Amino acid sequence: MSQDPLLSIQDVTVEYTTQGKRFAAISGVTFDIAEGETLGLVGESGCGKSTTGRAIIQLPRPTRGTVQFEGTELTTLPYDQMRQIRQRLQIIFQDPVSSLNPRRKVKDIVAEPLVIAGISDKAEREGRVREVLTAVGMDPDITMERRPHQFSGGQCQRICIARALIMEPKLIVCDEPVSALDVSVQAQILNLLEDMKERYGLTLLFISHDLAVVKNISDRVAVMYLGKFCELASSLRIYEAPAHPYTAGLMATIPTIEAGAQLETAALSGEIPSPLNPPSGCRFRTRCPIAQDKCASDEPQFREIETGHFVACHFPLTGGTA
Amino acid sequence: MPADIAESQPLLEVIDLYTHFDTPRGVAHAVDGISFTLDRGRTLGVVGESGSGKSVLSRTIIDILSHDGSVLYRGKVMFEGRDLRELSQKEMREVRGREIAMVFQDPMSSLNPVKRIGKQITEVLVKRMGMNKASANLRAAELIDSVGIPDPEQQLKRYPMHLSGGMRQRVAIAIALAGEPKLLIADEPTTALDVTIQAQILDLLRKQQRERNMAVILITHNLGIVSGYTDDVAVMYAGKIVERCETQELMNRPRMPYTEALMKSAPLLSDPPHTRLDAIPGLPPNLLNVPDGCRFHERCRYATDRCLTELPDLTADGSSEHLYACWNPLEVKAEALS
Ligand SMILES: Nc1ncnc2c1ncn2[C@@H]1O[C@H](COP(=O)(O)OP(=O)(O)OP(=O)(O)O)[C@@H](O)[C@H]1O
Ligand SMILES: Nc1ncnc2c1ncn2[C@@H]1O[C@H](COP(=O)(O)OP(=O)(O)O)[C@@H](O)[C@H]1O
Ligand code: SF4
Ligand code: SF4
Ligand SMILES: [Mg+2]
Ligand SMILES: [Mg+2]
Repeated sequence: MSQDPLLSIQDVTVEYTTQGKRFAAISGVTFDIAEGETLGLVGESGCGKSTTGRAIIQLPRPTRGTVQFEGTELTTLPYDQMRQIRQRLQIIFQDPVSSLNPRRKVKDIVAEPLVIAGISDKAEREGRVREVLTAVGMDPDITMERRPHQFSGGQCQRICIARALIMEPKLIVCDEPVSALDVSVQAQILNLLEDMKERYGLTLLFISHDLAVVKNISDRVAVMYLGKFCELASSLRIYEAPAHPYTAGLMATIPTIEAGAQLETAALSGEIPSPLNPPSGCRFRTRCPIAQDKCASDEPQFREIETGHFVACHFPLTGGTA
Repeated sequence: MPADIAESQPLLEVIDLYTHFDTPRGVAHAVDGISFTLDRGRTLGVVGESGSGKSVLSRTIIDILSHDGSVLYRGKVMFEGRDLRELSQKEMREVRGREIAMVFQDPMSSLNPVKRIGKQITEVLVKRMGMNKASANLRAAELIDSVGIPDPEQQLKRYPMHLSGGMRQRVAIAIALAGEPKLLIADEPTTALDVTIQAQILDLLRKQQRERNMAVILITHNLGIVSGYTDDVAVMYAGKIVERCETQELMNRPRMPYTEALMKSAPLLSDPPHTRLDAIPGLPPNLLNVPDGCRFHERCRYATDRCLTELPDLTADGSSEHLYACWNPLEVKAEALS
């Protein structure tokens, strides 16, 4: 690929203060997303998935590191210019119902980005709202005049997707968009995202804690643990040959219809350590079944073990050793 | 009753159970004619989408829903031959906690946030098991150890709010086990937990179930969990059981189109990326206004005219123990084609 990536994140660290203590919610995160690609991001609660997604839209601005979108550096961009860019850089959230203003009508919610962008022609706005609602599978005639509480979670997520699409963005950060939905509706929304990607030429960062969902929708997958990337590879490769013990453990842990009765014992023991006080060396070592002395003293670097396959482990399960 | 009868009798027998809520917007048919039996030492998975009535079913069994007239009940809940619905509130309180215990999705609902966890466990032991302080302390330490809480001495002194979600659920399980129940009902015990912690908690429940020969009702919306952790399964849809059989049988040969649709809608790890999902169109029905006929008919690809008007019973083919509620069950259809 000679083309420049649509989004390029270099060494991004986001620090927060809790209980009077400063800590890094994510640190040294580096990745690219190519135009038209879907990058999946998985990991357990608190590992920094949302923080990574929000760092892209500068909410908040990263403490360190760079974020380039279409060649523009966002971390130093003045806020008014950032607002312009935000039209091309949308985000949708896990809880569709609470991310919609309950007092407003659907047509106003979906049109809001157009108003912010200064499109004052009411007829034009209405036409675009109709078009995008139809695209997400909602009938504009019965939807536009209603308010969010009259819709189910899945329908509210469709409305959120419509609102994100109306400015025809390049990139959408999808932060657990199907986690609150039942499986039957989850499948509808995943199919819709695939269709919208095709139709609008979108690029997606898709955040989820569900490995099967992430594999289904992503071209490449990144796995996070305690604020750092531990593995990044093509969706096929990472499932076929996980190199990081955490990725392998996660996969062995998921109860699936296929695994069925084979699933006998939990693959990963122990608790997730607090991000306020991560273990020395490799952050995963307190739960890693193959940890050795070196893992406590030296932090493994995120390195390429085969083309396009990155892992942060001294003793990766595939692709050679340190 | 003689011991041999007690042994041959199922532990739990739910007979034609109805739980309806009288709400300002109408009557919600949350549990609508449910029957099943559960033997000692077996794990029954109850699976269904949100709002299908799983939690109402479990709360009706242990009788923790309101009795102020807003909830309408019908049917029997036979536990070791006694109809629990006939018991007084006081007798039922004794059954709860001793013979039947429950674990909830949110462990905090069974924990006191401002009391040390050691104290909470010993209190239960003193109250329910009539132990003295000293033996309760010993037993609490054993329980804490058996649910896999590391460093029990220290942990017992902590407050629930200082524990992780997984640790809280372990404490809630320890409290549920304190009365040595014959039946444990776990309502989505891992839905709020991370996947690696979920596996630990499900392993723990299975280990306890085996060691104590306890019966378990494991309620979940995840067929993967049913597949990995249960012996039998009941699939619920809109207040009714629509399919019931041994778990492996269900995984291999689902008969009810809804079950098949549920299985197909979830992405599989073995599928290549971008595999188109077989989504179920539409939404589960509103329980205030359930459709006539088969409740799944608006979303079913096999629906025929009969499905629109006649409600299929939960029945089996011949002497099979595989029950399903469908006019056009899956295998029969395949045979008819060939
Ligand atoms: N505004 C904030 N102030 C302080 N700490 C925060 C803030 N936002 C997030 N954190 C902390 O940063 C860490 C990463 O949080 P983040 O929300 O990115 O996790 P996540 O991977 O999205 O988790 P989940 O799966 O629960 O959504 C957590 O320890 C979290 O508690
Ligand atoms: N206290 C209540 N009053 C009125 N309706 C209720 C009450 N509790 C549950 N319901 C309704 O009963 C149905 C089944 O709920 P529930 O058993 O909680 O579903 P599940 O556990 O399968 O997600 C839902 O439609 C729900 O809204
Ligand atoms: S670096 Fe060591 S502790 Fe970390 S994942 Fe690799 S083997 Fe395990
Ligand atoms: S009875 Fe009819 S509508 Fe219901 S599941 Fe069977 S085929 Fe479908
Ligand atoms: Mg998050
Ligand atoms: Mg429930």
